[in-house]
Amino acid sequence: MTGLPNAAIVILALPAATAAMLAMLPSYRLSAALNVASAFVTFLASVSLLAAPPPPGAYILVDDLNVVFIVLNTFVGFTASVFSATYIAHEIETGRLTPTHLRFYHAMYQFLLFSMNLALVANNIGLMWVAIELATLTTVLMVGIYRTPESIEAAWKYFILGSVGVALALFGTILVYMAARPVVGEGVQGMLWTTLIDHAPAFEPQLLNLAFVLLLLGYGTKVGLAPLHAWLPDAHAEGPTPISAVLSGLLLNVALYAVLRFKLLLDANARAIAPGPLMVTLGLVSVVFAAFMLYGRRDVKRMFAYSSIEHMGVIVFAFGVGGPLANFAALLHMAMHSLTKSAIFYTVGQIAQVKGTQQMADIRGLTVTHPLLGWSLVFGVFAIVGLPPMGVFMSEFLIVSSTFERAPWLALPLAFGLLIALGALILRLQGMAFGAPTGSTEPAKASAAPIIAHFALVLMAGVYLPSPLVTWFQHVAGMLR
Amino acid sequence: MKGLAFDVAHLLAGGLVLISFLLLYQTRLYALLNVFAAQAVVLSMSVAWQAYVQDANHLYVTALIAFAFKALIIPVALHRIIAELGIHRDVENVVGVGLTMLAGLALVALSEVVMLRVASEADALAREDLAFALSVVLLGMLMMVVRRNAVSMVVGFMSLENGLILAATGAKGMPLVVEISVAFSVLVALVVIGVFLFRITERFETVDAHALDRFRGDQR
Repeated sequence: MTGLPNAAIVILALPAATAAMLAMLPSYRLSAALNVASAFVTFLASVSLLAAPPPPGAYILVDDLNVVFIVLNTFVGFTASVFSATYIAHEIETGRLTPTHLRFYHAMYQFLLFSMNLALVANNIGLMWVAIELATLTTVLMVGIYRTPESIEAAWKYFILGSVGVALALFGTILVYMAARPVVGEGVQGMLWTTLIDHAPAFEPQLLNLAFVLLLLGYGTKVGLAPLHAWLPDAHAEGPTPISAVLSGLLLNVALYAVLRFKLLLDANARAIAPGPLMVTLGLVSVVFAAFMLYGRRDVKRMFAYSSIEHMGVIVFAFGVGGPLANFAALLHMAMHSLTKSAIFYTVGQIAQVKGTQQMADIRGLTVTHPLLGWSLVFGVFAIVGLPPMGVFMSEFLIVSSTFERAPWLALPLAFGLLIALGALILRLQGMAFGAPTGSTEPAKASAAPIIAHFALVLMAGVYLPSPLVTWFQHVAGMLR
Repeated sequence: MKGLAFDVAHLLAGGLVLISFLLLYQTRLYALLNVFAAQAVVLSMSVAWQAYVQDANHLYVTALIAFAFKALIIPVALHRIIAELGIHRDVENVVGVGLTMLAGLALVALSEVVMLRVASEADALAREDLAFALSVVLLGMLMMVVRRNAVSMVVGFMSLENGLILAATGAKGMPLVVEISVAFSVLVALVVIGVFLFRITERFETVDAHALDRFRGDQR
């Protein structure tokens, strides 16, 4: 390489180095600023990957598929760090967290970004597994940071279920290696993506089938697919809100990316089972199940966590249906969901801070007491349920219509699930946004800029998608078949 | 030599499955830990044998980690935790022992059927190792399901992990095995620390619906 450092190295080394620095910095104001600055530079480095992707190496691979995930990951990582900086100052004032906790929190935040980026750029399936395991551990520690019985229970549940998921995924990874070994030989070649995908047609199909089932269940636990989702609502509701945003907006995507990679292997092998129907089934079950679960929720963060299960279900379903249009729509939906859901969590986090509660029954009349937050919530809910003209509408419309084209009978339960979810969220929104105002009218302290930036992007994507972006997504969708 | 290598590997892997069954019906926590330590010893012997047979020196490191960490440090630490938390009573099983054993048998049969059919083209040693490994993994999961006590859930998870290490070392020439076993040890260490620090003694399940509401944050 020339004078410039490799951008793929930067997005790994920078968060790792920052994490080490933050672990030693005592001042939380300085830490928060450093956290934001580092996340921003990481984002810039990831954008430069678009222009000049590095050549695939033994450990690092940047191709057209994962670069979409990387840019999205670093962008939301950056805006969440901006939100977190103001959010966390309030937690110090109310005494929910101490400065020592915060030091730990900031270091863990950067370490989480590091492990997610590592999972995305890893060219080695073993390395990817280690990275996803590290990301799981980091989030477990952050979910339990408030040390209340509820948060410790949430962390414990997440830990146990996440560990079993990760263990199944490792077994699947070993089986992929076993399938590859007779073809590509012993050693590191049997774990490199670039080698695996080239030789996949010659792998023994039955081993590959079993491996994919284990990987889908294992990483599917991390995606939050029903019936493996039990950890997800607790982890979202009990952790700090910036972490809820990162979990929903990013970590679920990282696990999804792992599933997609292995799906590519099966697609390449003509004698293996088609992975589509498995993904379609899990996706549909998640959508319909989560849609009904939305009705009984009383905790606002928990409700949006179920909404994340629903949307991950939609995305997995669309990738399962396959075909250029559905894949395009699934990628678009993934991006839109990440942006919208993390912005909703930024909003909800501020609401919970000003009102001092996460119970929806105690949050009333926000549009009167806090117009900006109230209308942001209205906009966010309208966007996430898929009302036009927002981006989620477009991607959901494409998913439903492409399903009608390829498998019409599958589109009905999907549309049914989406409508049920729409009803639930609008029902809850009414009271929160327009009911008789209750509680504190103290103005919100956290910054609204990340919320507005995300919503602007979501709105723009719904109204007008720039054509280079469309070509890009179409190209990636073509790769996925 | 080929025959001996196969037989010893087979014996040790079969020993792991047998010990998994022993774990299933232990009713006292201390006995459970002792049996788990025995499983870790057999695992480290199995890994060391693979290292010798495959002439893969890095696997000796994995064997050493398995022995030091899982046969010595973790059982001793858990012994002390049990004494400290005062939970050295009988383990409560959610399901009866007889039923658990039957379920365990079914799981082993399932994994043998699945793996022997699936891996018919792989060489015999790797295939049978994988079948045993899957049995150990499934039995570990079964144990996590039928036990209420947090310590025995942790033991179930660790025996599940023993199955994974068996599979990884049986896959000849697999890279990153040492790294993966280290990563797993970190995971296990954190679980144990978590149990100790937060005094988690039971799975958070209760018949008291009010408590459930509180845990779900959905209380009116």
